[in-house]
Amino acid sequence: MSDKIIQISEMNKWFGDFQVLKNINLEVEKNKKIVVCGPSGSGKSTLIRCINRLEEHQQGSIIVDGNELTEDTKDIEKIRAEVGMVFQQFNLFPHLSILDNCTLAPIWVKKMPKKEAEDLALQHLEKVQIADQANKYPGQLSGGQQQRCAIARALCMEPKIMLFDEPTSALDPEMIKEVLDAMVNLAKAGMTMIVVTHEMGFAKEVADEVIFMDEGMIVERAETKEFFANPKSDRTKLFLSQIL
Amino acid sequence: MNKLNFLQPDKNNLSTYLYTGVFLVALSIFIVFLNSFFNKDLISFLPGTISFFLPLILGFIGLHLIRIDYSGMKFLDKVNKNINTNNFNAFLSLLIIFVIIKSLPPLLSWFIIDANIAGDSKDVCTGSGACWTYIKIWFNRFMYGMYPNAEQWRINLSFIALAFLGTIGFFATEKFKKYLTLYYVVVYPVIAFFFIFFFISGGPIFFDFSYGIIAAVISIIIGFFIPSKFKMYYFIIVPITLYILLKYVFFYEELIELGKLEALEWVETGAWGGLSLTFIVSFFCLIFCFPIGLFLSLGRRSDFPIIKYFSIGMIEFWRGVPLITVLFMSSVMFPMFLPEDMFIDKLVRVIIAISLFEAAYVAEVIRGGLQALPRGQYDAAKSLGMGYWKMHILVILPQALKLVIPGIANTFLALVKDTPLIFVVGLLEIVGMLNLAKTNPEWLGFAMEGYVFASVLFFIICYAMSKYSYNLEQKYKTER
Repeated sequence: MSDKIIQISEMNKWFGDFQVLKNINLEVEKNKKIVVCGPSGSGKSTLIRCINRLEEHQQGSIIVDGNELTEDTKDIEKIRAEVGMVFQQFNLFPHLSILDNCTLAPIWVKKMPKKEAEDLALQHLEKVQIADQANKYPGQLSGGQQQRCAIARALCMEPKIMLFDEPTSALDPEMIKEVLDAMVNLAKAGMTMIVVTHEMGFAKEVADEVIFMDEGMIVERAETKEFFANPKSDRTKLFLSQIL
Repeated sequence: MNKLNFLQPDKNNLSTYLYTGVFLVALSIFIVFLNSFFNKDLISFLPGTISFFLPLILGFIGLHLIRIDYSGMKFLDKVNKNINTNNFNAFLSLLIIFVIIKSLPPLLSWFIIDANIAGDSKDVCTGSGACWTYIKIWFNRFMYGMYPNAEQWRINLSFIALAFLGTIGFFATEKFKKYLTLYYVVVYPVIAFFFIFFFISGGPIFFDFSYGIIAAVISIIIGFFIPSKFKMYYFIIVPITLYILLKYVFFYEELIELGKLEALEWVETGAWGGLSLTFIVSFFCLIFCFPIGLFLSLGRRSDFPIIKYFSIGMIEFWRGVPLITVLFMSSVMFPMFLPEDMFIDKLVRVIIAISLFEAAYVAEVIRGGLQALPRGQYDAAKSLGMGYWKMHILVILPQALKLVIPGIANTFLALVKDTPLIFVVGLLEIVGMLNLAKTNPEWLGFAMEGYVFASVLFFIICYAMSKYSYNLEQKYKTER
């Protein structure tokens, strides 16, 4: 088996009559960090939501860790358990404490003993530096802390791939840094990551490759340095000139 | 001394304004009080209209005078803030105070002063007030319906036992806390059912119940001395063995037939009634309608067309028909569809009918809660690898149900207050008994007392439920 952990080929997706993703081809190798950028409405979020099948694609194939995602995939839950996801709106479970947020899935999905799950959760919360908030509820935390908890929650499932859907877009500028720091640490630890973000600083620091999307298509894919130094397409140049 | 300006009281002449104001308010209240309690009109010398409005005018001026912001007196500030913020509110406050004072004496006299409770026939009720003797004499009927007097201890005992079993949650140790939900949702209703089916209903079947209880008690007592290693086998094998021994060896059926063992007398459900029936019907309907409603609400959002349209059909059907026709159908039409030798008790049919009826309402209330949850919660749960049931049980329902506690409490209160309708099938719970009692030729003319009595009982029950739902809301509040 190759070390290509995600293989997407000829993938198309429609919302009703509107085609959101057009002919996507994408392969991601293990331990690679990939940043996806592009203007809003270009299908970035939809693309990564397709990778753990929160959205269904209509054409083409998506293979995650050797399993093809189709309508008959019986154990889609198993694949999802391998793919962690962090959302723009955090989506923590407000009725559970921070610790319970992190232990819920390991205990009920992975059948981990409670004690073990709690140790693991505290370990990950420590990594994102909110272990001292473990017994509070999400509503009592700041946005940055909530997002770091969301990262810890995803990590507790010990995923092979982490997907980030604009993790810093809903945050105050001051809090963006603490979340990015947590993500940088995660990247350094060798996690396979696909990050949708507008934080070009983050892209320059950790990304191996950058993908630029527009109107549902992958316009350009390049090594990070190459991407920022001399972008090939005009659309990318325009985007970069506006964002940098 | 500063100049007095009665149109704009201020702090400088605080005491002057205060004394005048308080005097005027007190005077106005005093006038109304005397008028209402002792029928003495202090101001009768004035023309009719003026004497009628004078207390209001006096009090109004008084309240105006004491309306001084930041007077520095705590009590005065509190009064001003709560009942005396502006002229209109002052007027309303006065009006309400006067209405209360006016309505107290007739109420008191009807309820207490002119009421009778002594004696045991209607002849003692000579006063103009309420005749509580009537309630006293009929009390048993109102509580137990037509249940034989000599057997009423069975109802009392069952209810006390169930009430006690219901409070177990408060005594549970940390170790057993996690089983409490299971206990209340599954075990407790089953126990309650057994109590009512075997104990209140009685008949030969009562023996099975007593054997069960004896077996359970004995095995639990011995269970304390069994090493935990064998406990599981023990609790599976021993109670069943004991039960079988009791039933077929110690108290075998011949003993029963020979009359050496006497069962509790069988009381058919038609004779049950009064408040105890209200409780029985409400309790079981509440227990059944909630899970049915829950599944209907989930079914209505399902992706499978069969489940979805079945749920929609159920909900819309039961919401679309009046409860009284449902009850009527359940007693008159339903038995026609059954095979001839099959018989389902009237009470059971009624409970099923009400449960299905209320389940439709519960379903829509819960659906409201499900729709209020952001889509992100579903996404997050799915992304963590949870399937449909795990997602709903662990993430979605706890939040949705918390949101709809007020709505569910609403439905449950309506259910309790709907129970009197079961009179259409001939079951007489408390209001039914009341209607029966009021048409008794010996006790004509006391409908008022009866209805007041029932209202008070219903209010107590419903208020307790509403308080409980409010406590639940507070308990599960985790935002901020």
